[in-house]
Amino acid sequence: MKYAAKKFLTLIITLFIVSLLAFLAFQIIPGDPTTKLLGTEATEEARAELRAELGLDRPIPVRYWDWLTSFLRGDFGESYSYHMPVSEMLGEKLVITFCLTILSFAITIVLSIPLGILAGSVRSGWLDGLVTAVDQVVMSVPAFFIGILSCFLFGIVLRIFTPGDFISYTQDWGAFLGYLILPALSIAIPRIAMTVKMLRSAIIQELGKDYVRTARSRGGDRGGILRRHVLKNALIPVITFLAVSAAEIMTGTIIIEQVFTIPGVGRLLLSSISNRDFPVVQAIVVIMAAWIVLVNFAADLLYQLVDPRLRLR
Amino acid sequence: MKKRILAVFLAAAALACSLSACGGATTQTTAPSDETTPSSGAPHANELNVGIAQDLDDSLDPYQMTAAGTREVMFNVFEGLVKPDSSGNYVNAVASDVSISEDGLTYVFTLRDNVVFHNGAACTPDDVLYSFETCAATSVNSAVVEALSAVASMTVEGDTLTMVLSAPNSDFLSYVASVYIVPAGYTEQATQPVGTGPFKFVSRSVQENIILEKHDEYYGEPAHLDKVTYKIYEDNTALFTALDAGALDLVAHLTIDQVNNLSNGYQVLEGTMNLVQAIYLNNAVEPFTDERVRQALCYAVDVDALMDFTAEGHGTKVGSSMYPAFTKYFDESLADAYPHDVEKAKELLAEAGYENGLSFTITVPSNYQPHVDAATVLVEQLSAAGVNAEIQLVDWNTWVSDVYGGRNFQATVVGFDSSTLNASGLLARWVSDNAKNMINYNNPDYDAAYAAAQSTVDDAEQTAYYKECLKILSDTAANVYLQDLADFVALHPDLKGYEFYPIYVIDMSKLYFDTAA
Repeated sequence: MKYAAKKFLTLIITLFIVSLLAFLAFQIIPGDPTTKLLGTEATEEARAELRAELGLDRPIPVRYWDWLTSFLRGDFGESYSYHMPVSEMLGEKLVITFCLTILSFAITIVLSIPLGILAGSVRSGWLDGLVTAVDQVVMSVPAFFIGILSCFLFGIVLRIFTPGDFISYTQDWGAFLGYLILPALSIAIPRIAMTVKMLRSAIIQELGKDYVRTARSRGGDRGGILRRHVLKNALIPVITFLAVSAAEIMTGTIIIEQVFTIPGVGRLLLSSISNRDFPVVQAIVVIMAAWIVLVNFAADLLYQLVDPRLRLR
Repeated sequence: MKKRILAVFLAAAALACSLSACGGATTQTTAPSDETTPSSGAPHANELNVGIAQDLDDSLDPYQMTAAGTREVMFNVFEGLVKPDSSGNYVNAVASDVSISEDGLTYVFTLRDNVVFHNGAACTPDDVLYSFETCAATSVNSAVVEALSAVASMTVEGDTLTMVLSAPNSDFLSYVASVYIVPAGYTEQATQPVGTGPFKFVSRSVQENIILEKHDEYYGEPAHLDKVTYKIYEDNTALFTALDAGALDLVAHLTIDQVNNLSNGYQVLEGTMNLVQAIYLNNAVEPFTDERVRQALCYAVDVDALMDFTAEGHGTKVGSSMYPAFTKYFDESLADAYPHDVEKAKELLAEAGYENGLSFTITVPSNYQPHVDAATVLVEQLSAAGVNAEIQLVDWNTWVSDVYGGRNFQATVVGFDSSTLNASGLLARWVSDNAKNMINYNNPDYDAAYAAAQSTVDDAEQTAYYKECLKILSDTAANVYLQDLADFVALHPDLKGYEFYPIYVIDMSKLYFDTAA
């Protein structure tokens, strides 16, 4: 319980620091939102008036404090560009990005764990070499590149997928998830390779340990030992890695959403940065940071479940 | 069991291998057969899917819209008392008749009696008055505000609206056209715009689409299409693949490369972008304070080669601050005022004291690919004349605040259009004390010629003065003028009625599907 409280405090502090940094970054980069709102043909007076209306003429600490207090009250503000409440804008986008993240994460787990076990337990010189080589190559291909390749292959050559023909879940869940498969795979493929590599080396390492020999000498069959003993130990480092993956997949969606033109949080974030749409950027940054911290928190809890030795009293 | 898992694994590995092997093949264009024309199928529904490259991410309020892309779409929703047609003339819209007094001071508009807003309310003279007042008070376009401030009195009598100007302004109708008529007292324009145009606004999904539907009670010739969906593709490759796959019926502003790669049998039309692309030079900073240096740059660049290289020769040389769609003012002879001549450029640079070469920075907004491409070619051309130009890419917001607003730059490659649908939209900015005179151009002759053009009511005289302005800009090499970019539009084979306008709009009301073809 004390542990959870401590973690929660860390979460709050992290979010506070992240939001402050994002806020300060906006003070440093050139340009201001009135450029986007008023265009190039507005008078200086109109610009100053709008700046006052948006409260941009007030000192930085006051503005940050204002943002923080209303954010804590659940008021995310109104988008400068779209003149809509940020919470209303984010709702659909968050669902899209979360679906993409979860789909990609699920693909990673479902494919990487069996493949990893297989790679770790198969003992054959040439196959081992091949697996390592393929793994190394796939691991080093960035997700966006796989995305571009699959757009090209499935979209232009095979014509079984129309890049950009995104359909929102509000219209058709099936078509929505269908569209997300390729982007989710693009993010997942390098992740799978990395997980396979981790799991493989963890299994090989565990297989060389004394307890395995002991179990063998007692007459245990190889598969049973692998399932009952080795896997439990080998999965511990993999869980850490998957937790990090879950966070990185979320941030990976930012880029992959550009490649597949998925109107999720990532695209909104990038366009809001170039429009200097401060309330939107601030809300997205905090939500993403919260996701990363929460995922790590979940991983911590999961360890204790898998490995009783780590349980804190 | 183990064997089967192994097989699955090998298959996955093979797939991974084939994916990485594709890396080498991306440059080959595997063009599918040209016979895959979508027209062979069933007649197209009376709905249009248009691909656009940017979101409508500003206010939709007619007086607050800033982005050219937003104005392009909302042109179909809003109308003024008059509106521009495809040849650049002003035709009656909410007004059924316009008469202008001899001295150019009194404008009498007769209002149509059957104009209905998209929300079902009838358009009354009060709405018109409200629109003019609101526009004058809130418009983000300072030129429009300035023009409206010259209206000394505005009176309504029955269905006639009389405006008296304090000074004649031969461009006044073009400003009237940009005062879109909206219902009085309606406050949701920013998100749910209501106008009188042939299409009504239905919805906007952020970064997804904008939907317009036919306005059934439109007073004029009704739109042929029932519904227009603008789909947003902020990534060029995705826009192209969606177009090529037949998911879109119309995409404008394509590049020549995209046109060449198009394999679905769509029609391609060519027009112009209606902008003046140039290397805009800050006339107030070294080395561009010296006219000879600016002229040297004009000689050093080869616009024909630039167009060949970036657009296979498409595009139109401009030579001054006017694009060819303004046929009345465009002076073709200026386009060749500075033929490509590297020796002459070197000579002029030596005269100006730069015999050992010259270095400067070209700031380019990174979101406009045609300008980035042009800058890249220009740097190479300039280096032949011993000029060492370096490209600095900045994001649009930075460009506006540093270059446009702060005038803190040496040179920049961008395109200027006329936001007010008239020649002064292009020329007013180079008057020495104009707030938008980004390049700090300062030439008393130019100021005088422009002032003379503004004060006359005689059309021929005005045209002559504007042409004089253009000549001065060319003679003094105010900027290194390049071209008006080619604009390619791809359309569904059955889609008819597309018209190019001298301004940046696409008129959806004229489009129709000709299923008989």
